[in-house]
Order: sequence, then C-alpha cells, then structure tokens
Amino acid sequence: MNVLVAVTEAAVPDDEFEINGTEIDEQYLTYELNEWDEYALEEAAGLAEAHDNVEITTVTVGPERAEETIRKGLAKGADRAVRVWDDELAAVDLLAPATKARLLAGVAAQEEPELILAGAQSSDDSFGATGVALAAQLGYEWAAVINQLELDNDRGVATVHRELEGGVEELTEVELPAVATIQTGINEPRYASLRGIRQAQRKPLDVHTPADLGVESVASPLSLSELVEPESESNVSLFEGGAERTAGELAGVLREKGVEA
Amino acid sequence: MSADVLAVAEHRRGDLRDVSLELLTAGRELADETGGDLHAAVISGDVEAFGDRLNREGVDAVHTVAHGEEFNHDVYAQAVTTLIDEFDPAYVLAPNSVNGFDYVPAVADRLSIPLVTDVTDLAVDGSELTATREFHGGKTEGTVEIAGDRAALTIRAGGWPAASGNGDATVEPFEVEIDESAVRSTVTGFEEVGGGDVDITDADVLVSIGRGIREEDNLDLIFDLADAMDATVSASQPIIDNGWLPADHQVGQSGKVVTPEVYIAIGISGAVQHVAGMKGAETIVAINDDPSAPIFDIADYGIVDDLFEVVPALTEEFAG
Ligand SMILES: Cc1cc2nc3c(=O)[nH]c(=O)nc-3n(C[C@H](O)[C@H](O)[C@H](O)COP(=O)(O)OP(=O)(O)OC[C@H]3O[C@@H](n4cnc5c(N)ncnc54)[C@H](O)[C@@H]3O)c2cc1C
Ligand SMILES: Nc1ncnc2c1ncn2[C@@H]1O[C@H](COP(=O)(O)O)[C@@H](O)[C@H]1O
Repeated sequence: MNVLVAVTEAAVPDDEFEINGTEIDEQYLTYELNEWDEYALEEAAGLAEAHDNVEITTVTVGPERAEETIRKGLAKGADRAVRVWDDELAAVDLLAPATKARLLAGVAAQEEPELILAGAQSSDDSFGATGVALAAQLGYEWAAVINQLELDNDRGVATVHRELEGGVEELTEVELPAVATIQTGINEPRYASLRGIRQAQRKPLDVHTPADLGVESVASPLSLSELVEPESESNVSLFEGGAERTAGELAGVLREKGVEA
Repeated sequence: MSADVLAVAEHRRGDLRDVSLELLTAGRELADETGGDLHAAVISGDVEAFGDRLNREGVDAVHTVAHGEEFNHDVYAQAVTTLIDEFDPAYVLAPNSVNGFDYVPAVADRLSIPLVTDVTDLAVDGSELTATREFHGGKTEGTVEIAGDRAALTIRAGGWPAASGNGDATVEPFEVEIDESAVRSTVTGFEEVGGGDVDITDADVLVSIGRGIREEDNLDLIFDLADAMDATVSASQPIIDNGWLPADHQVGQSGKVVTPEVYIAIGISGAVQHVAGMKGAETIVAINDDPSAPIFDIADYGIVDDLFEVVPALTEEFAG
C-alpha cells in the first residue's frame, strides 16, 4: 500500500522582525517542518509498522532550501520524497491551496496512493484547505481535522475521529482511497534516530517541475497586496523591570482582584 | 455590477451555531457593497426551525435543504454546489470551522472558484474583492487580492456581530437530488472528550500553561504557583497533545470555553483557537518573553520576560 504524505516547510518569524513589501525579511525567518505534518508523518510511520508492505512517499511543493526539511521526513520513516518546483512557482507570492493541490495531485496520480495524509493546517499560511482541495482534485474521499485513524483494508474504509469544536469528536467512516488531514495530538511524533538520519541521506529525493506532472499553469488566483504587523488594539499594561519587581507589581494587582492563597 | 451572496449556516446536534448569524452580518455587508441580494441556506437537521432563525433583517431569501440530521461533507458539498448552480451567487460564505474545513475546499475546487479561509475583513473595490486574514500564527496580517469575480470565503468566528432583527425573507425548501453513490462517508456518532475530576470552567482563577514550559518536569513550577494562589491549572493544546495534562484541562476551540475572573496565560502565544476559549475572562494576564506574541493583544496585564524567572518570583509573592 502506498501512503503519500504532503509535507510543507513552515516559515517561522523571529520574535522581532521586519516586513519588506509583502514578505518578512528573510533574515528574520527560520524554516521548520510544519508541526501538523510531523504528526502526519508519524501516523504514516505507525501504519508502516502495523501493516505489511506500506511504502511512504512525501511530497513537497517548495524550493531547494526545503530539502533539509524533506530529509527530516525521510529520517522519520518515509521511504522516498518528491519535491515540485520551478522558477514560475518561485515568482508566485501566495500559493493558493487549489494551486498546491493541483501540483500534489499530479504527484498522487503517479503514485496512486491508497491513503494520503496532510496536516490540518500549515502554521504560516494556515489555510487549512490544501488536503481537502487535493481530495477533490483526485476524486478521493476525505476527512478533515482527525485525531484518530484506523484502517480497515478488508472493508476498504478508514474509521476516523474528527476533532470538532467544544471537546466533541465526530466518528466517521470514509471509503478508501482517501485523504485525511491530521490534527496535532493524534500520536507522539518520534525523534529521528541517528541511524534514520544517516539513512535519510541515501533515500531517493526526486525533483519535478509542474510541467513534468502535466500541470500547465501554476497561476494563483490569490495575491498579497499588503502584509503588516497587525495593529494592536491592545490596552495591555506592561510591568517592566526585573522579575522580582514585575512579579511583585502583578501580585499587587492580582490581590486587588481577590486572588489569594 | 450587482453580485449576490450566499451564506451557508452551520448547526450541530440540534443547535444552530452562533457563527451562522455572524455570517449573515458579513454577508449583508458584502451584498451592500455589491448591490446584490443576500441568500442564506441551511442543510440537514430541523431545517424549518433553523430557516426561521436565519430570517434576520437584511436577508433576502432563505433556502432550506432537508436531508438527514447531521453534517455530512459529501451531502453538503453536493447541496452547496447545486445551490450555487441555481442561484449563481458571486460569493459564498461559510464559517471557518472544523466542518467548514471539511467541505468548503471541495466545493471551491469542483466549481473552480478561489478560496480564502479564516477571513477577518472583506472589501470590494469595483468588482475586485480583497480579504484580510492573518498569517504566521497572527504575527502578520495580509490583504489578499482575489482574481476573478467569484470567491468562496470562510469567516472567522467572532469577526462580525450576530445579525439581529426579524427579516422578511422568503423561507423556502430547496430540493437537491443527492447522488447517494457519491456519498462515501458516514457519520456514525459523536463522543465527548473524557471528563476528569477537575472542572476548569468552574474555576475563578486559572493558571494556564503553554509550550513555553518546554518540558513536563517544569510543570511543577506551575503547580506550585497554582497552589500558592489557590488557582486551577489549565493548558493550551500542545500540553494536552504531549499527554502532560488530561484532555479536559484544554482551553480553546477544541477544548473548553472558560470565563474565570482571572486567567493567567504563561508561555502561551495566543493562537486564535486558544483565544476562542478564554477571551471572555474578566482579567487576562500574559507572561511571555516574545513582545509580539498575539496574546498581548487581548491581555489586560502583561510581563514580557522569561517565565522561568517570573513564575517562581510570583509564587514567592503568594507563598511568602
Ligand atoms: C482545528 C484546530 C483546533 C485547535 N484547538 C485548540 C485549542 O482548543 N486550544 C489551544 O490551545 N490550541 C488549539 N489549536 C492549536 C493552536 O493553533 C496553537 O497551535 C496552540 O494554541 C499553540 O499553543 P501554545 O501557545 O502553547 O504554543 P506556541 O504557539 O508554541 O507558543 C509558545 C509561547 O511560549 C513563549 N515562550 C517560550 N519560551 C518562553 C519562556 N521561557 N518564557 C516565556 N514565554 C516563553 C513563546 O514566545 C510563545 O509565544 C488548534 C488548532 C487547530 C488547527
Ligand atoms: N507547499 C506544500 N507542499 C506540500 N504540502 C503542502 C504544502 N502546503 C500545504 N501542504 C499540505 O497541506 C496542509 C495544510 O496546509 P494549508 O492548507 O496551507 O493550511 C499542510 O499541513 C501540508 O500537509
């Protein structure tokens, strides 16, 4: 069984940063394996341990820089990786979920996975949409924001729990093949072992252009006309000074509010 | 150009969710800008009762689609696609909720219309729509230009006030021939997340801890503080995900909504899903070493410093 995991690299700004045009200045960004995708990867690795003949492929739409992150995925148990990129993509300032889904679908069409895992959201763009858009592209069934997944290959279904609002979970059965978007907490992501990290260097990482995948246009219907640090409507009173002083002042306010042992 | 707006309501287990009425306000504003009509739709469940509740001031038509009881994404995707085919709205609005995540991208994809999620503001200039939304976990805010004259938009809860007043819309059933062979998912039930012995919704003072605590062993610092203040400990989702506290201690969208007199957020960034659960607290205190953390936007009092310095000092204040 082929399992495809969509893995993205999330841009994380420093505590203090500057914006140039519609982008955060590169020097203030670090790139990390998207938190939700760590859980998706772990879920795939768990399936590979529980079932025979599971092959895990990761797919990433991203620049060469992303290969470091992609290798992390390989170190955590993926067998192969595919990266999609070209200059035209690099020029797009905001990749719409549908555009990404079209590219991911191009890769899925080659791999024909029984199951595709994506994160419930990326921590930078946070569209929360790419996984379900991918399912729609492929005509696969899907389930969004899941925190439990069981495969029943004999019946050709996946049983999932969807994490709804207010501490309620929805229990759902979806037919395979399917896309599941993974919520944090579904498992405990492993740390990559030294052996895993070494092996990852030798695992295949193929690079395709959109054209290779038969995707002719990567034009995105969305673009960013402005990016700002949100104007704070905050009325916060900040206590300043060393910890003893700030803690003392805060304690004074809290006591006024009736907090006491 | 006049362009119509369709707002698709959300309900669960017999209740219309509040954001459904907020959608109507966002929808009306948008329709005013385009000179179009506002249609509302509700699918599955007690659609007649829901339809009447959606008949608020400014709504021009309410379409009720009777089919089953609860949300099913395959049914919703088909029904909304059919509604769009029939009424030809330029803009489709739905809540940015877990169920919104589960069908709106599919509708947008099937109809090839651009999708923008988690929208906090909308503006129309001529025929061009722009949507405001957060990026980078709330550290930046972007204005997204949407090409073409159509869009699907999911709306952040709490971003618009609920629509009020009685409307004079026509509330009419809309027949959708659901293709059952394309319904390949079944909702089999619901489960409440496990109850423990602490009810954080009951507490007057909550000391709430987030990922800034770094390691499970460090939680002792927080328990000491809570003891000294006679407070209850709660947490953000990563702490629950790590299994460091039971699930019923989670504050936020998928956890509990709390309204204590004092909420002390320690090492919590203030992601929208967390804030959804605690913004109603009377007094909010934030302790975080990142001055740009969004939690400071809603805090009344704050300390920008290392929690490992501040928390022991604060414990000392109350214990000493
Ligand atoms: C569908 C969905 C539902 C969700 N539901 C919930 C929910 O119910 N509740 C919830 O909480 N989240 C929920 N989330 C997750 C949410 O998006 C955030 O990921 C989460 O709230 C982040 O938790 P955090 O603030 O503890 O961690 P982070 O965002 O990692 O923040 C940690 C903070 O600690 C600060 N910090 C680090 N070290 C120190 C130090 N030494 N001293 C002081 N400060 C320090 C950092 O500056 C940072 O601001 C949900 C997400 C999704 C997609
Ligand atoms: N550039 C990308 N390459 C591969 N997968 C992606 C990419 N962007 C998003 N995804 C997948 O889609 C999920 C949700 O992203 P988003 O819709 O941006 O919130 C992520 O967790 C990934 O699994």
